[in-house]
Amino acid sequence: MIINLVDVNKSFKKHKVLEHINLSVEKGETMAIIGASGSGKSTLLKLMIGLEYPTSGQIWIKNKDITTLKEDELDKVRLSMGMVFQYSALFDSMTVADNVAFGLREHSNLSENEIQRVVEEKLDTVGLKGFGKYLPNELSGGMKKRVSLARVIAFEPEIILYDEPTSGLDPIMAGKIDKLIKYTQEMMKVTSVVVTHDINSAYYMADRIAMVYEGQIIAVDNPDNIKNSTDERVREFIHGGKS
Amino acid sequence: MMFILEKIGAIVLKALETWGGFVILFLQTLRQCKRAPRFSHVLEQMAHLGVDTLPIVALTLLFTGMVLTLQTVAEFLKFGAQSTVGGVVTIAVGRELGPVLVGVVAAGRVGAAITAELSTMKVTEQIDALKVMAVNPVGYLVVPRLIACMLMLPLLVVFGDIIGSFGGWIVANYYGISSFMYMQSINTFVIIHDFTGGLIKAVVFGAIIATIGCYYGMNAANGAEGVGKATTKSVVDAIIAIFFFNCFLSMLLYR
Repeated sequence: MIINLVDVNKSFKKHKVLEHINLSVEKGETMAIIGASGSGKSTLLKLMIGLEYPTSGQIWIKNKDITTLKEDELDKVRLSMGMVFQYSALFDSMTVADNVAFGLREHSNLSENEIQRVVEEKLDTVGLKGFGKYLPNELSGGMKKRVSLARVIAFEPEIILYDEPTSGLDPIMAGKIDKLIKYTQEMMKVTSVVVTHDINSAYYMADRIAMVYEGQIIAVDNPDNIKNSTDERVREFIHGGKS
Repeated sequence: MMFILEKIGAIVLKALETWGGFVILFLQTLRQCKRAPRFSHVLEQMAHLGVDTLPIVALTLLFTGMVLTLQTVAEFLKFGAQSTVGGVVTIAVGRELGPVLVGVVAAGRVGAAITAELSTMKVTEQIDALKVMAVNPVGYLVVPRLIACMLMLPLLVVFGDIIGSFGGWIVANYYGISSFMYMQSINTFVIIHDFTGGLIKAVVFGAIIATIGCYYGMNAANGAEGVGKATTKSVVDAIIAIFFFNCFLSMLLYR
């Protein structure tokens, strides 16, 4: 397995956000993490990439417990990972092309010409060819998400984490983003962890779905079994309280 | 009674935590300086933080030099000490008024700009995006700003000293003190240390403004309110620190 969380607990001051989390993700797998707002999904994602540290427990990424690593060592692990943020987190002082080129300029020895070639290729992949000179504030929400994905795949990571990739988008754009994520997954053979509260997105793209409920993982299974789950809490989430 | 003591204790603890945070960030920044920052980043910050502050520094020091001379020249004339006016004004500007006023103006303009920019990056997860891309935010964001401020503040002080003295000359002329006498007074009374001491202060003030500005920017709470609060705190704390360190440095440099 490429990601393995062992008995992870996380508290903010006295408030327990995650309790006894055990979760593993296989190489090449797409795992969707679903749950209501405030259930701890995004915190779980941030723990996986070292943006938050657990109160206790171990987080193994590519056979390294990142909770014990120093910042420099953690950065080496992060080079094989990428994250698409909920609000895109594009650098607003840079153009779209500079955003996509950022990681390559910081960490690769590619020439500027090669970087420009990669940028154009990745923007083309996400359907934004010709938008390189735009600034992030000139783009719509869906376009920003796509630029964010282009910025991640420019560095060809082994693991991509998505934090609510379709939140705030209209259903058509959300569908396009879902397809893009699935296409990226199939094309690059990456391991993906997608945090979402959109159950249809999860069914569409995930190999397995984990449900977080009040800080605990209450179900991990394939989409069909989750769909037919008899657990009241899972059914309530899937059917929006109408079951 | 216990309640008051608890309140005082909480305030002291909070102050220690904040000022300790400044020191830790400053030390982290020095450690990140080992990896040479991109020259273009430093240059960009120097233009943004230094050159753009020039007009407000010029105005502040011009009027301060004029007012200072206005307040002293009438008294000096009574005692026939008009030949000392240029020297007194230039020493006051070079040792104290130049660095302190440039520091305060820069804290308001530069410090606030740094905090507002970094706190906006913080609340929109851009700083997290840097971390995720294995780029150290202190090295990428704080180092160029610290270097830019430590280089540009002394340059602004040099400029401010000249303008301040010039302001004094305008008023002195108005009161009948000739340009020759004004310049002669400067030649007689002013030594190079009156300026170098001010420049040393400016380097320290530059470090204070950048460190405090970046600290509050990188630790801003979420939302627009967090950005506003962080910016206000940054300016207030930087000004307090500038006055404190000015007193300490004056004792050290001019005792």
